[in-house]
Parts: sequence; C-alpha cells; structure tokens
Amino acid sequence: MDYILKTGNISKIYPNGTIANRNVSLEVKQGEILGLVGENGAGKSTLMKILYGEEAPSSGEIYLNGQQVSFSSSLEAIRAGIGIVHQHFMLVPSLSLAENLVLGHEPVKERTRFFDFNTAVKITEELSKKYNLPVYAKARVVDVSVSMRQKLEILKALYRGAKILILDEPTAVLTPQETDELFVELKALQQHGHTIIFISHKLNEIFKLCDRVSVMRDGRLIATHVVADVNSQTISNEMVGREVQLHLKKEQAHPGEVVLKVRDLSFVDDFGIKMLNHVSFSLRKGEVLGVVGVDGNGQSELVQILTGSAATLTGSVEAFGKNITNSSQRAIRRTGIAHIAEDRMTTGAALSASIEDNLIADRYLDSSYSTKTGFLKREALAAASKEIVRSFDIRCGSPRQPVSSLSGGNIQKVVIGREFTAKADILVIAQPTRGVDIGAIEFIHQRILEMRSKGKAILLVSSDLQEVMTISDSLIVMNAGRISAYFEHAEETTDKELGLYMLGLKTQTSEEIRRALHEA
Amino acid sequence: MIKFIISVFSSSNYWFIVLRSTAPILLVTLGAVITEQAGIKNMALEGSMLWAALTGVIVSAATGNVWAGFIAGIAAAVVIALILGLFALKLDANAVLCGVALNLFSTGGTVFVLFSLTGDKGISSSLASKTLPFIKIPFVENIPWVGKIFSGQNIIVWISVLAVVVIHIMLNKARVGVRIRAVGENLEAAKSAGISPNRIKFLTLAVSGVLAGMAGCFLSMGYTSNFTSGISAGRGYVANAAQVVAGGTAVGAIFASLIFGLTDAMATYLQNIGLPPELIQALPYVVTILGFVVITLIRDRKELIRKKKLFEKDRAKPLASGLGA
Repeated sequence: MDYILKTGNISKIYPNGTIANRNVSLEVKQGEILGLVGENGAGKSTLMKILYGEEAPSSGEIYLNGQQVSFSSSLEAIRAGIGIVHQHFMLVPSLSLAENLVLGHEPVKERTRFFDFNTAVKITEELSKKYNLPVYAKARVVDVSVSMRQKLEILKALYRGAKILILDEPTAVLTPQETDELFVELKALQQHGHTIIFISHKLNEIFKLCDRVSVMRDGRLIATHVVADVNSQTISNEMVGREVQLHLKKEQAHPGEVVLKVRDLSFVDDFGIKMLNHVSFSLRKGEVLGVVGVDGNGQSELVQILTGSAATLTGSVEAFGKNITNSSQRAIRRTGIAHIAEDRMTTGAALSASIEDNLIADRYLDSSYSTKTGFLKREALAAASKEIVRSFDIRCGSPRQPVSSLSGGNIQKVVIGREFTAKADILVIAQPTRGVDIGAIEFIHQRILEMRSKGKAILLVSSDLQEVMTISDSLIVMNAGRISAYFEHAEETTDKELGLYMLGLKTQTSEEIRRALHEA
Repeated sequence: MIKFIISVFSSSNYWFIVLRSTAPILLVTLGAVITEQAGIKNMALEGSMLWAALTGVIVSAATGNVWAGFIAGIAAAVVIALILGLFALKLDANAVLCGVALNLFSTGGTVFVLFSLTGDKGISSSLASKTLPFIKIPFVENIPWVGKIFSGQNIIVWISVLAVVVIHIMLNKARVGVRIRAVGENLEAAKSAGISPNRIKFLTLAVSGVLAGMAGCFLSMGYTSNFTSGISAGRGYVANAAQVVAGGTAVGAIFASLIFGLTDAMATYLQNIGLPPELIQALPYVVTILGFVVITLIRDRKELIRKKKLFEKDRAKPLASGLGA
C-alpha cells in the first residue's frame, strides 16, 4: 500500500468521560497534502496529538509505512519523522531564530564545547534556502512577524527530520497574501517528497491546497473525498451534520452621534515594541466599527486600554464626554462600556466559578442585588441569571454548575449574556467567535446585530476577516500599531485589498484616515 | 557626621570588610539568578546556607580537615536544594511555600543537631572546627592602602569572583545557557525541542545549592570561626530580592550584592559612634530593601520615560501611517 500513515480504529476517552475520538481510521498517502476539517471539538486536535505522541490513544493502532508503531512521547514521533506546527508557536521570544531552530540539538565549538552561534546561523540559513522559506536567522523571535515565526516552526520540524508535517490551523494568524505565500511553500515541500496534513476549518483553503480532504464530526471520521470530486456544500453539511445557513441578514446602519473618542493612544510592550502608535478614531451610536489586522498589530492592546487593563502612554479616551483615560475597569464600566474579552478562558470568565456568579460579576454591587450592609441578595441574583441563561440559550444543567463544565460555545454565551445585559451603550467586543462552533457563531452574530439595532455603539475586533467584513458597517485596518486604513462603508473594500493594508504594503493618506475621527 | 563618613570611606579596613561582607551574598545571589533564569524560585537558599554552615563545622572538626568540611557543607546545601526540587518539580507543590518550609525546618533542625552534639543551643565553640584559608598576595600586600584591602581576604572572596565568571559563561556561552533560558521563558517550546525542563531545573537548583553551600561554609569557617544559630541571618532571602535587581545576569549580581556589602560593613563602624546595636543589626537589611526599592523605581521610571520618548519623533504626524515600529 502507498499509505505512509494509517490509524486503525483510534479511540480516545479522557478521564473525565469526554469522548474525543471514536474509531477513527485515517489514511494518509505518501506525498499528498491531506486536509482535515471539522468544527471545534470535532476531535481533530486530539487525533493529531495522538499521532504526535503527546497523547496516548485509549484503543486503536497507528501504522507508519505499514509497520505498527506507538509513541510514548513526542520525541519518539519526531524520531519517526513526524513533525507538527502547533497553532500556538513553540518558540522562545528572547532567543534568536537560529537558537530556536537548533534548540535541543545545539551545535558546539569543537575546542571549548561552548555553544556555536555562527554554526547555528549557518544551519538556519542553509535550511531556509533549501526549502525556500525565508527567515532572518540572527533576529530575535519577538522582532519578526508572525508569518516568519511560522516559517521558522516549519523549518524546525524539517531540521528534526520530519517527513510528515502536521499543520494545525496555520492560516488563522495570516493575511490572505501570507496564506497564498504559505501555500506556495507547502506545495514546494510536497515536491520535495514531504507529506502534509493540513488542519483548517476554512473550506476555500482546502480547495486551493489539498489533494484529499477528511471530515470529522463528534470525534468520528465522517468521510474522505478527493478534493477535485467534491463541493463545499457537501463538506460543510458533513461537518455540521445539518444544512447550514451561510448568510446573515443585515439591515442598513444608521450611525448617530460620536460616543467614544479615542485620541492619540500609544503603547510599548515589554520587549520595547511599539504596539500602538498614536491611534485615533471615533465610535458612533448604532454602528459596528470593525478592527481588522493580523494578530499582534496592536488590536489587543487597543482593547486593553479602552477597557482599563492597560495604560496608554499618550493621548486620551473619552466616553459620553467623560474622560476615562487610564481609569480603572470599574470606573470604565460605570460610564457604560461593556467588554467581551478576547480570551474567555482567562479574562472573560472565571472558570471555576458558577455560571450564576459569572453572570453577575459586574453587577453584584447594584442595590438590586446586594443589601446596604454588604450581603448579596441571592434570590434576586438567581432570578436574574436564570433569565440570562434562558434568553441566551446557555445549555447547562443548572446555573450553579461551574463554567468550566460547559463547552466553548456555551462559555462564550455566558460572557456575552453578561456583557449584553450590562446596560452599557458601548460594547467593546474582541474575538467573539474564536473557537466556537458554527451553530453558536450564527447566534452570536445575530445578537451583535440586534445590539446595533438598539443603537449601541460597537467596536468589533476579530482575526476572522470574513466575520469582521460581514458584520461591520465601517472598518479600521491596523498594521504595526497604526491605523493604515479606514473604510466608512465596509462593503467598499475586498479581503484582498484589506490584506495589503494589514501587511502595511499599502496605507491611506492621513486625510483619508482622519475620516475615522468624524470631526466636521 | 560627614567627617565620620569620609573617615570610614577612606579607611582601607572598611573596604576590606565590604569585600568580606559582599562575598557570601554574591554567591547566593548568583544561585538565585540561575534558578530564576530556568523559571524556578529557590526560596530554600537560606536553609541551604544554614545546613552548609553547620555541616562544614561538624565535619571539619570530626576529620580535622577543613576541605572535607567544606565539601560536606556544600553537599548538605545541594541536598536541601534538591529536596526543594523533589517537592516543587516532581510532586508539583508550590516552590515558594516549600522553600519557606525548608527554611523553617533548617532553622530548627540545625539548632537541634548542634544541641545534640554539643549540648549548646547557641554556638559551636566546643567543636574544634577549622577555618578556610586566608590568602596573602605577594607584592600586592605591600602596596599601601590597596594591599590592605585585597590581601589577606578569605579564599571564598576570590571564589565568589570566580563564580561570577563561571555563571556568566554558563548562562551566555555554554549550550546549557540557551536551554536554561528556553526552559525559563517558554517551557512548552523547550519541551517540544526534546529538552527535559525538570532536568534543567534540577541542574540549576544543584548549582544554586553549591553556591549557597560555599556561602554557608564561609559564614562559619571564615567570616566567623563558629556556627551560631541562625548564622545565615536572612541572606538567602536578601539574595532572592537581589536577584530581581541583578536583572537575571551574573554581572548584575555584583552590583546588587554590593548594596548589601556596603551597608553591612558600615554597620560595624556605626557601633563605634554609640547607636543602639539592635538598630545597627537591622540597618543592612533596611538599607538593602530601600536600595532595591529605589533602584526598581528608578528603573521603572526610566523605562516609562524611554517608552514615551519612543513616540516623540512620531508625534509630528500622529495620523500618518507607515511601518511604524
């Protein structure tokens, strides 16, 4: 057989009873690019962790070149020629690219046995040339772009002798242009005889890159198709298990007066990188202002400053005419700003606390929920949270169960339920659907548009370009901490054009960008 | 007062004491620096020093050989560091809490052992322990003023200087330095590169144990010639604070520990002008803490000003775009 890698009825049941994989028999052909698609929680990542030796299967076998193998650690998988590029890069920020590449197999000087930096650089440059993956060997990881870090991760796997490369959602952090570039490079790797497993949930990418595609749902392998013989509707139906509505109904926006004035914000991170560089814009009532950009170009810092978890070095923030520059989170919330944090697991929700406690985290001090003497009115709180659980369709046994027992989509509904009922007129929303299943995405998008119809001012930051483009009325593009473009009407641009602004290859004139201030 | 300070600073004896006081704190600070670089806080340095000081005295008295005592002292300190590793790394306990617990155990444990052997709870003077050699440097000792500072210092003072060089090379030139930094900064990355984080952490703990062990032996077999209860006097804790000031480098550790050394030496002189001894004993610690606070504040302030300056040249055209940083 020409299958280089095969799994036979792999199942994985976690100690808490979650079944991540059920009898999965995946077949990977020598030299192909195999797409692996499925919603979040479908079991793709678990399967890859098993192939890479990070997790042991509960039952089932793995065959490499027809030989049965078992990996007790990722080191054994590397030795067998399987490499992985994780979604979260495994790099040491303050070390150079060359040092990161050779980490674990560092070259040493013959005489002194000291670390040989020059040879490490040479190794990196030679490898980079051989596989046509350009990187700056001597630069520190913090100083290079995300896409270069990804190239470095691929080189790392190749340096360790990977013949089979697993890429876990590699395009999530890339612009459309960088994605195209990556695809060219991956095809070149295929020419070199490498086999690639490409995990994604973006179907257009599968069609562009892959030879075959396997679909997973609920831990099962649903089907495998030759890409040329299948259409995207079939695959998306297989992923979700029902007919999917891919389009959203959206009415015309009627923006009102400016409620949030952001002027001249600047921020430097601990590595001395200017994450925000004199950023100014205004947000109006009844509009969704989308912020697009490759992750790490200042969007997160902007949100942190607006919501009080980071301090700006210059400039000011004004909400409803009140100066809230570098105010505390509570003061900012009091002025009427709600915040959906980009990471629900760390800042958006308290995982070990109950659903109820999470839902009231911002309002327990209100007189309707606590007495003057400082005691909580538990019944009032229970009633209020029950109502949110109902209206936001949070699937749970009881509002008293810990948030950590919920699925990603339901945790996000808890966060959204709290923030959308906070009586705030400005909503700062970051990554509302990251890692959320398609069903919940539809729901969340509809809720955001509902809030807009109610006249709320919404700032939407998301690394899902498609999401920002469909929901937003106006768009800001960020690159290297600056606003590189402003579009008053989101429909007047395309993803390709946005990509150019995201990369900084194109920038609007300061007059064009100044339109974002809405100053007459 | 000014006259007094000038007279102290111009005395070669003051600087002699500065070097002597700095050496042990420098050694433990280096120990704190190296474990911190690997991402584990060795709070048990204090305990390591105590056991080293006691073991050194006992073994040197029993064998009559100062080096046997020195080696045994170091070994005892390493054992404490590795016990911390066992609890914190293997058994997944909180490293800081375990460190503090080990220190409390050491404070009581050393006195218990001392009492069992000598019947004295305070001092080991009934044991005929040895002291580490003091080094007279030919020619240098004849240079006026300077000679009195550098010649006649205990060997540990010079070992502490050597330790700075060794730790500097270890962190910056050796292969293991790259691994230590990788483990400290991104554990998962190091793991995925086939490095065992625990091995690196244990290694740095062992090194810090050796350093703290030498410092401990110096206290009871050089700085003084007896073990007294609580002889480490909080130096292990000071080292963990000094490590922050040192900024993760061996060279930085020199400056951080000098702050302690300078005031510790000054305290000896202040006894002569009639300040209450309790106050004088507290002085090195108070000044060190204040010094660290001031240094940290200055550093933060400088950092903020530097960050703000970064944007000044962009201010002219705040809305214009480009590649920015």
